[in-house]
Amino acid sequence: MLTKRIIPCLDVKDGRVVKGVRFLDHRDAGDPVALAAFYDVEGADELVFYDITASADERGIMLNVVSRAAEQVFIPLTVGGGIRTVEDVRTMLKAGADKVSINTAAVENPRLIQEAAYAFGSQCVVLGLDARRVPDARPPRWEVRVRTGRGGGQPTALDAVEWAAKAAELGAGEIVVNSMDSDGARTGYDLALNRAVAEATPVPVVASGGAGNLCHLRQVLQEGKADAALAASIFHFGVYSIRQAKEHLARHGIPVRPV
Amino acid sequence: MTTEQDLSSAVLRGLKVVVVDYESGNLRSVAKALERAGVCPVVSGDPAELSNADAVVLPGVGAAGSAMKTLHRRGLIDPLRGFIESGKPFLGLCLGLQLLMERAEEGDVACLGVAPGRARRLPSNLKVPHMGWNLVEFTGSHPALREMPPKGYFYFVHSYYVDPEDAGLAVGFTEYGLRFCSVLAKGGLLATQFHPEKSGPLGLKLYRGFARHAAALAGGG
Repeated sequence: MLTKRIIPCLDVKDGRVVKGVRFLDHRDAGDPVALAAFYDVEGADELVFYDITASADERGIMLNVVSRAAEQVFIPLTVGGGIRTVEDVRTMLKAGADKVSINTAAVENPRLIQEAAYAFGSQCVVLGLDARRVPDARPPRWEVRVRTGRGGGQPTALDAVEWAAKAAELGAGEIVVNSMDSDGARTGYDLALNRAVAEATPVPVVASGGAGNLCHLRQVLQEGKADAALAASIFHFGVYSIRQAKEHLARHGIPVRPV
Repeated sequence: MTTEQDLSSAVLRGLKVVVVDYESGNLRSVAKALERAGVCPVVSGDPAELSNADAVVLPGVGAAGSAMKTLHRRGLIDPLRGFIESGKPFLGLCLGLQLLMERAEEGDVACLGVAPGRARRLPSNLKVPHMGWNLVEFTGSHPALREMPPKGYFYFVHSYYVDPEDAGLAVGFTEYGLRFCSVLAKGGLLATQFHPEKSGPLGLKLYRGFARHAAALAGGG
């Protein structure tokens, strides 16, 4: 049986791991390569490196982090942040990334998903979906936001669930659903958002944003119908180990790869 | 004084293990995993390198059609077939397993034809690609699998699976909507649908088993 995945996310700025609370107020949580190797041994199912500054002049630092991590890490590695062209995707894959996550550039140019999927296969093209709830919408709706590396990002006219379905059609092999409302708040994932995306798309969904305890992980994998749960601070600051998370999920009947 | 361990590590380092470069997939991870297993791999798309190799690894992600085209263009088809027929250790990974079949449903292309049967599309009532860690049940034997537990979790990313006509070639199975052959063995050939280089400690153990098997055949013990 296919297991549900637990994925620590390492937000990287200037070659160091930080964790933003609601995308602001960055705190240093360590060396990305050392952390990556640690999580591999700990039993993480995959890793995500997210380049939160992603300005062109810092791209070299990130490439170096990715290639050093790829030498030591024998689980899948996804890299995101500032990916704008097929050439950017190729560069990251060559450095040792297994998947590349595209956000803003995919919204601005949906053909990028198609072109990257054609060139490298859908399995390595991930749509990073940053979504914010539309206030007071009944039934709930979510809007796609872009340029979320700084502050709350910019609004778009896109409906998050529709955009996810469209991206999967274009060739995205996986969708990371990041709730801007719950990111960093540790009050739980946006279950309705994850469920809506999971039901609207035929590809795996990774839930992101809001993990504060193990119950949150369980909820999003069960009620939220996500295939994987991504979390940062609860692991980086040692609140829980990967093993504790997996044992908790297993006790609740969720299939996980034992540590 | 030379210990037995020194000897075997010297033999491992002396092996010529070729990772076939045909612009398909994360060769770096495959090479790094082989290095962890003690060998110094050669990453090359030159068919001549295969002629005197002790072992060959055929990795691969992406589409079967474009992969076969690249193998043709690089003159790798016959050298690969020849190497596999020699019975020397050969490791196919993911698409590198599917290409061993006669045909791939994906684009209906002729493949290497080492094993009768087809690569078929996974059922569409499931999320495709089949992505993540799934259980492999080892049902048959191969010298490279000696230290594998009867069951273990490995990392999969694929939309097609192999359906070999000779059921005896399937030595490992996985369930995803259907029970499919996730490990295939034939003589010196071993091929996996999963990515051992992305499967943590158990995946590295498979690489070690493969390297030791190659070392044993090369006369090192």
